Amino acid sequence: MSFEQIIQQAQQSGDFKPLVASIPYAQLIGLEFQRFGHDVLFTLPKNPDNIGNPILPAIHGGVIGGFMELSASLHLMMTMDTAALPKMIDFSLDYLRAGRHQDTFAECQVWRQGSRVANVAITAWQTDRTSPIATARAHFLLAR
Amino acid sequence: MTLSVKTRAERFLATLRHCQRLGLTVEKAEENLLVMRLPYSDKIVGNPLTGTVHGGSLTTLMDTACGTAVFSSLPGFELCPTLDLRMDYMTAAEPGQNLLAEARVVRITPNVVFTECQVMQESNGDLIAKCAAAFMRIGPEMTPPEFRACIEQGIPYQGAVL
Repeated sequence: MSFEQIIQQAQQSGDFKPLVASIPYAQLIGLEFQRFGHDVLFTLPKNPDNIGNPILPAIHGGVIGGFMELSASLHLMMTMDTAALPKMIDFSLDYLRAGRHQDTFAECQVWRQGSRVANVAITAWQTDRTSPIATARAHFLLAR
Repeated sequence: MTLSVKTRAERFLATLRHCQRLGLTVEKAEENLLVMRLPYSDKIVGNPLTGTVHGGSLTTLMDTACGTAVFSSLPGFELCPTLDLRMDYMTAAEPGQNLLAEARVVRITPNVVFTECQVMQESNGDLIAKCAAAFMRIGPEMTPPEFRACIEQGIPYQGAVL
């Protein structure tokens, strides 16, 4: 099945697991998700290959960023009808705490979706949702 | 024995497990300029239809290039956590293309180090992405002695048990 067909089928069935399974970068870092109605919870399970600070140890900041970027684009695909992956224009990431070697979670909020651009805020946390490890904002160019 | 900027940068990079997974290498390291390479690989593809690499691997490349530039520019063996990153993705990298990140330390202050970085395709120099990143200074005394020995003497760093 082509990637386009995988996207189409995910949107028709609402099952995005095969889509995530077909994205190599998602598999590399180990992204998972669960849907609760309109809400989507993204998970990055503890993975030694994601470590970027051997001292603490802590997850590489780039992996936390990649997890949040991927979560935002998947969130957009789950909540709108698009035939392709949205393209990221820019990404602004603030690190608030070290991401320890444990499971990490993310949720996304689409603040505005215009005809061409979407603005998405992403929050990532570990043990306590109210103490995020990182917050980010991304702009995506939507496929038409 | 004085340690070259490039050796400092290479030994630092060797301790970062995820960067080893991506195959990042230091191509050049001078005062205030660091060039890091991300080889193309199927495992970092973000769009299987086009074969372009995922932005997340560029985020790791840019964060690491800027962070390594900071580590190798500062006197002492000071580790600086990233405060923030602001990235612009100009165009998708072509499939199969290796990427080079050119990171510069713009200014070092007592509390913060400011950096910037550009990512280009190795083959033709096309600009793919750029970023500005700030790092917090926490002081050289926060660096564990074993980590310092790893950089200074090239002794492999075991790190914490995962």
